[in-house]
Amino acid sequence: MRHLINITDLTPDEIEDLLNLADAMRANPRDWGESQRGRILATLFFEPSTRTRLSFESAMLSLGGGVLGFSSADSSSSAKGESLQDTVRTVSCYADIIAMRHPKEGAPMAAQYTSEVPIINAGDGGHNHPTQTLTDLMTIRREHGHLGDMTIGLCGDLKFGRTVHSLILALIRYPGVRFLLISPPELRLPEYLLNTLRDQGIPFEEHQAMEEALPRLDFLYMTRVQKERFFNEADYVRLKDTYILTPEKLRLASPALRVLHPLPRVNEISTQVDADPRAIYFDQVRNGRYVRMALITRMLEDFA
Amino acid sequence: MNIDSIKRGIVLDHITAGRCMEIYRTLHLDQLECSVALIHNVKSVLMGRKDIIKIDEDIDIDLDVLGYIDPGITVNIIVDGEITEKKHLALPERLENVLTCKNPRCITTSERGLTQVFRLTDPARRIYRCLYCDAEQK
Repeated sequence: MRHLINITDLTPDEIEDLLNLADAMRANPRDWGESQRGRILATLFFEPSTRTRLSFESAMLSLGGGVLGFSSADSSSSAKGESLQDTVRTVSCYADIIAMRHPKEGAPMAAQYTSEVPIINAGDGGHNHPTQTLTDLMTIRREHGHLGDMTIGLCGDLKFGRTVHSLILALIRYPGVRFLLISPPELRLPEYLLNTLRDQGIPFEEHQAMEEALPRLDFLYMTRVQKERFFNEADYVRLKDTYILTPEKLRLASPALRVLHPLPRVNEISTQVDADPRAIYFDQVRNGRYVRMALITRMLEDFA
Repeated sequence: MNIDSIKRGIVLDHITAGRCMEIYRTLHLDQLECSVALIHNVKSVLMGRKDIIKIDEDIDIDLDVLGYIDPGITVNIIVDGEITEKKHLALPERLENVLTCKNPRCITTSERGLTQVFRLTDPARRIYRCLYCDAEQK
């Protein structure tokens, strides 16, 4: 039985297969409308989510399957003190596959030991978010044609931004990728990821000013400074509006730039940017449904 | 105990000078009923100075823990006064319940009964990371 805990659990060939299937599903979604009838997806969300939980549920419903689950820890037995491993062991008796989000880092890794069905990590604290990465990869590939040979700027909270961590680990496996890391000093990429880039000879630069990096980018991946990751509210307030992408700043960028964001956004992208054809974050949202349809399909095939 | 001639037991040789007490405590050698000799700051051709621990009994030693503390140690197994086996240690690839994750956001800080697991991710820098959250052991 295979789980998806980190994006590196998937080989580049498996990712290509998933993205091909997701593209086919996006082109003709009704062709798969009955493919998972009788199967159940459990969505265990110990932390709030809109897009990820609903996209998982939409994906399973689009495949003809059923969904059950909870959307906050308060509405599960964890509020009574039940351990994560017991909750997962119980739910795996009721479902064929589990997508789980948890505020603690490594929670899906712990959950897999007691699950009788495949686990998909739908985000664990500030650590990893592999299905968002699949969404990002699908969006990049549809725009760029392939997954190498690009300069990508990652901007905002690179310290706690789990989508950034997973995306970097995915993209370093393709040739010709250069990273421009744009963050305040307090929210730099964790040292272990910087070491990974150094050890593998991946070109990267660290910047504090977005304007320095913008003219050189093929992709700009904006992230939100996440209030829920801070122990100290004053630090959050000081850092939350460090970067705001506006139409004025976008004038510095190439016409071929594409702007991504895992969403939700707060202030980091002005709503005036939404009308710019370079802003593709809502297309990215759409892709999230199809790539999760593809992932559920392949994981249930393997499990069967 | 004649520290030069163990009949049956274990000699931990090539301990980095000054670390024998840490190893004595970590391996709980103070709880043994047999004789244990700690020899500190011995002259060594290879190391300049070294420590040695001699244990007058054949006990099970957690070589992973020992390798983590001081990977240069040689473990000599003594039977009938002769060295019958020499084990050269290395940094273990995986440590279970030796280190504790200090990351307050890690699942190991809240979930009951989880085994603490660390993986060796960078042998040159001697860096271990939590299996669950990837936090580096400081």
